[in-house]
Amino acid sequence: MKFNNIKLYAYAVLVSVMTFNCSNDDDNNGGEPMDTDFSGTYAQQDQMGRPAVNTVFVSSGMKDAFNTTVPSQQSASFQSMFETNLTALSPAYANPGDTNALGLDAPTFTGLLATDVLTVSLDGTTTFFDGTNVLTGRTLADDVISVELLLIFGGEDGTENPGLSNDNVDANDKAFLTSFPYLASPW
Amino acid sequence: MKKTKILIATAILGIATFVAIAADHIDAPAVSGGTSDITDFYAFQGENTSNIAFVANVQGLLAPGATGSASFDENVMIEFNIDNTGDNVEDLVIQALARDGKMYVFGPTAPSQTGLNSTVATNAANQLVADITPYGQSAMVASSTGMMAFAGPRDDPFFMDFAQYSEIIGGNATSFNNPGSDTFAGSNVLSVVVEVPKSMIGGTGTINTWVESKRKQ
Repeated sequence: MKFNNIKLYAYAVLVSVMTFNCSNDDDNNGGEPMDTDFSGTYAQQDQMGRPAVNTVFVSSGMKDAFNTTVPSQQSASFQSMFETNLTALSPAYANPGDTNALGLDAPTFTGLLATDVLTVSLDGTTTFFDGTNVLTGRTLADDVISVELLLIFGGEDGTENPGLSNDNVDANDKAFLTSFPYLASPW
Repeated sequence: MKKTKILIATAILGIATFVAIAADHIDAPAVSGGTSDITDFYAFQGENTSNIAFVANVQGLLAPGATGSASFDENVMIEFNIDNTGDNVEDLVIQALARDGKMYVFGPTAPSQTGLNSTVATNAANQLVADITPYGQSAMVASSTGMMAFAGPRDDPFFMDFAQYSEIIGGNATSFNNPGSDTFAGSNVLSVVVEVPKSMIGGTGTINTWVESKRKQ
């Protein structure tokens, strides 16, 4: 009985020493990740590459499926739907040889869009479109909606459907910061 | 009576249209308006031109009065995906998870598996922990080994006359107005901003990148 108590006491001391050592280790590591539970599997719900792609080109009923299809399989699964929806929005695309200001016809343009990733240059200017560079990134100030409207409705030289190819909202309602974190403080 | 019914029907239709919204705000039924709803994604060269900044916004259309009580869901991982081999499969990920007022950032690091399911890369060599900036306080930025991280409420940087776009799509208008009206003016989002040296994600050339929200199972 007494012996058992001693054993128990020794065990308790051992446990407390080990616990102390563990928390000491955590402190030395800067701590937090070891103290916090990051276990388990996280399953995809939403994804996004370029702006407005799911909203504009994916038919209702397929939007969740688009969000849970890996980009490497999106073109095979969704390009023909994109082409149908693009042609419904902007019927001129149905004419043989019709292209947008980038010289892309409906199959090529929708093939590009259906793989919903943002291409970003590591070698210089990053912009959705700045008059010179095309799809080298996306900055906060890029007027991405007007670029997309122009490519959908503007035809070969950007002059078709002038009432539809620009929403005439060209900038944010708050100035961005030149330094990290770049986004304006909240309202 | 009849007129009232029509008015109500119009109002409901108007709300339904308004809800099918924008850059990626409320884009699909499974995430619509929930804590895993990505509203926007940006990737651009930083103020330090040796860096790339990634921005993910979630939980859009927060009114100023609702922003103070909005919080990141601890069961939702925000994952930036980076393909630097041109096959649209992620070679590197940057994972951000909120825990008790802090945003934990793991990566850039090679994921243990690609695709729809992820585990947290707690062994990643690149890690950063940022205090989540409360509403009304100046931005709290964490930095280490050339990386920077921020998490907290910000003005929604997206701008668009979405209301008029909906009118056009709905057949009630034939063109945009000039000037247009920014549907997102005066609204906030919850932002995660991570800036990393280009040398951590390929150094030179072009990357393909996208952001995902993933929920703990």
